[in-house]
Amino acid sequence: MTAELVPIPFTWVLALSAVLFAIGTLGVMLRRNAIAIFLSLEVMLNSANLAFAAFAYRFGAVHVAAAAALDGQIFIFFVIAVAAAEATVGLALFIALYRLRETIDVDRFNILRW
Amino acid sequence: MVTWVFLAAAAVAVVFACLAVVVRNPILNVLSLVIVFFAMAAIFALLGMDFLAAIQVIVYSGAILVLFLFVVMLLNIPRLGRLGSGRPFQALLGSLLAAFLGGLLLAAAALLPAGLGAVLPGAAAGGTAVPIGRALISSHLFVFEFITLLLAAAIVGAVYLGERELQ
Repeated sequence: MTAELVPIPFTWVLALSAVLFAIGTLGVMLRRNAIAIFLSLEVMLNSANLAFAAFAYRFGAVHVAAAAALDGQIFIFFVIAVAAAEATVGLALFIALYRLRETIDVDRFNILRW
Repeated sequence: MVTWVFLAAAAVAVVFACLAVVVRNPILNVLSLVIVFFAMAAIFALLGMDFLAAIQVIVYSGAILVLFLFVVMLLNIPRLGRLGSGRPFQALLGSLLAAFLGGLLLAAAALLPAGLGAVLPGAAAGGTAVPIGRALISSHLFVFEFITLLLAAAIVGAVYLGERELQ
């Protein structure tokens, strides 16, 4: 069975991933609420996933590199699993910090600063 | 047709990602992100990655973002400050950095030779779940087991952090 062609240039997907990454970076840099920063971080993670998808999609068209296309999708699977673990621990950390200070404004947490 | 669906999903993703960053109500931030992830699932489906589209909706929108929503409601977070308020110099630097990174990635995408992609050969018949599942328990077995270890460690860490009063 021949590969079915989809009429979307893979650089479009890559460009979308770049725009989403910039938006996520903006949020991480400018927000001060820990949960808002974490949400922006999720946007950045997903833009990385989209870049993986773009290249997996591209290399699926090159018949020799079909295994590379599958590897790209498996990487996205692993990224989602790691993101789930990260969200669990991060949110538990925010709850613990909220109990300590009644806020999760990152400017209020400087106990690790020398 | 496929191109228009892609463009619509991309526009929805970008607009709601902007909303997720700019809007000052944390619950609306989380809900906009849900829409972004649905749009991304649509893009995955268009690119022939049906398993990833399902995972994106079930795990990301369904589990991770609902966890976020729980925590936002649990912590009674006040309305967020205006984006970059109070520190104009750092806000300027952060915006410049974001614009620089985005521009760099866009330039890289523009410089690459454009080409169409394709769905995974043979995936059109039975979906991508079967080849991905086979690869996970054969060629990627070690990483797969490592992920299970990571998830178990994350559960233990979350229970520990959530239960104990920090000193």
